[in-house]
Amino acid sequence: MRPFSYLRAATAEEALDAFAARPGAQFLGGGTNLVDLMKLGVTAPEFLIDVSRLPLDSVETTPEGGLHIGATVRNSDLAAHPVVRTRYTALSQALLSGASGQLRNTATTGGNLLQRTRCPYFQDTSKPCNKREPGTGCPARDGVHRDLAVLGHSAHCVATHPSDMAVALAALDATVQVRGAGGERTVPVTDLHRLPGDRPDVDTVLRPGELITGVTLPPRADGGHSGYRKARDRASYAFALASVAATVRVEGGLVRDASLAFGGLAHRPWRARAAEEVLRGAPATVETYARAADAELAAAEPLRDNAFKVTLTRNLTVNVLSDLASRAEEGARPPT
Amino acid sequence: MPERGAPEIPVSLVSLRVNGTWLSLRLDNRTTLLDALREHLDLVGAKKGCDHGQCGACTVLVGGRRANSCLLLAVACDGSDVTTVEGLAEGERLHPVQEAFVAHDALQCGYCTPGQICSAVGMLAEAAEGHPSYATAPDRLAADSSPGQGAPEPFDALEIRERMSGNLCRCGAYPNIVDAIAEAARS
Repeated sequence: MRPFSYLRAATAEEALDAFAARPGAQFLGGGTNLVDLMKLGVTAPEFLIDVSRLPLDSVETTPEGGLHIGATVRNSDLAAHPVVRTRYTALSQALLSGASGQLRNTATTGGNLLQRTRCPYFQDTSKPCNKREPGTGCPARDGVHRDLAVLGHSAHCVATHPSDMAVALAALDATVQVRGAGGERTVPVTDLHRLPGDRPDVDTVLRPGELITGVTLPPRADGGHSGYRKARDRASYAFALASVAATVRVEGGLVRDASLAFGGLAHRPWRARAAEEVLRGAPATVETYARAADAELAAAEPLRDNAFKVTLTRNLTVNVLSDLASRAEEGARPPT
Repeated sequence: MPERGAPEIPVSLVSLRVNGTWLSLRLDNRTTLLDALREHLDLVGAKKGCDHGQCGACTVLVGGRRANSCLLLAVACDGSDVTTVEGLAEGERLHPVQEAFVAHDALQCGYCTPGQICSAVGMLAEAAEGHPSYATAPDRLAADSSPGQGAPEPFDALEIRERMSGNLCRCGAYPNIVDAIAEAARS
């Protein structure tokens, strides 16, 4: 690992000033991904600005009835928060499906969003990789890519974004608060991560030196249910082969409203708006859910060894929506 | 001796309270908490298994919460309270989780055991605070649960396995590890 200087920032201003003085710096959150990438030689910052103890560690109800989550809130604390469990269940489930108890205690909300792909070529500095070293090529396209993208990939990169949390946030219409030298701005979480195109080295729309300070969830409509389901190679502690986050509101046997996002399929959490179009106003049936999944997955371009992800995602979608809709109906039934 | 003209290696003064004792260390910023414990403090209970946060053998308690010490920079832990497996017993009296591991023969080679035990201690504290897991049924998860309401019910083998999935055991002693933790959870 390359030697580096270290500064623990006490305030966001101090962190931004420190970056301005040394643009080669990187922000350090919980470090569960960054420290590993430094060990692997994938990244070699000469200056780390530790933002893990910034006073951004609270979860608060917003005046509109939503929820604001500070960037340094740990994944485990967020998953266990009573309001997240009851009103944003998909987020709690997504967090709990990710990593391990130890890692969730350390990983932060901001850092989770900014973690890098686990594509094996990206993590192996003896291999070419357009994301790590632009212009060197993408051996994953014709190589080991069973776990990689089926949607939105390019000739230059077939990596997936590994976060579970971000998939739930995408379905829940979260926004991300960002601070930089130019002031503060808000980015919808669905716009935070880029598709690879011809610049796979750029993961997000954040400008150099911009710092995530928090995430805001809008209020949830009454009577809606949300959930997250993840398929993986072992029962626990593995990245998603495919995952689905969904919110559903059913009234009188019809889908009144629904949102859907896929994980493990693309360079960013994949908000499935074509599927949502099919769902809205349609009968709350398995046939509708399958038709919705198919509408979205028509855009899939599987690689040689990962076409199974398309079927898997279709089945997960039907499963999650059926489950949520039946819980919604049970909740709507008058107590006997 | 550093090579002539070589840039200076940045170091930091790091204060840690390790197993109840405050210590001050001058460390290369690259030093992980695991290396600080093993190489600088001779506390070799926590093991360097994979060194990438994938096996859990390095698990210690930081501020009472379980963490992978191989992925924590020691300098970022400055001021923290760290408990290793060496600090769990009170004198000659083993921690209840240690007792349970002995009683249930919850190990074979023993390499993962310090991490398993520290992880179990941290995990049981999380459960006692009412933290859910991915194995917690959705209706229980979504039920209003304020902190401090005790372990989720049922706290069965499924819950224990899910909550302990960050600790691998290459000998496959899992059945006895689960039994040991179930007993410690009851006591």
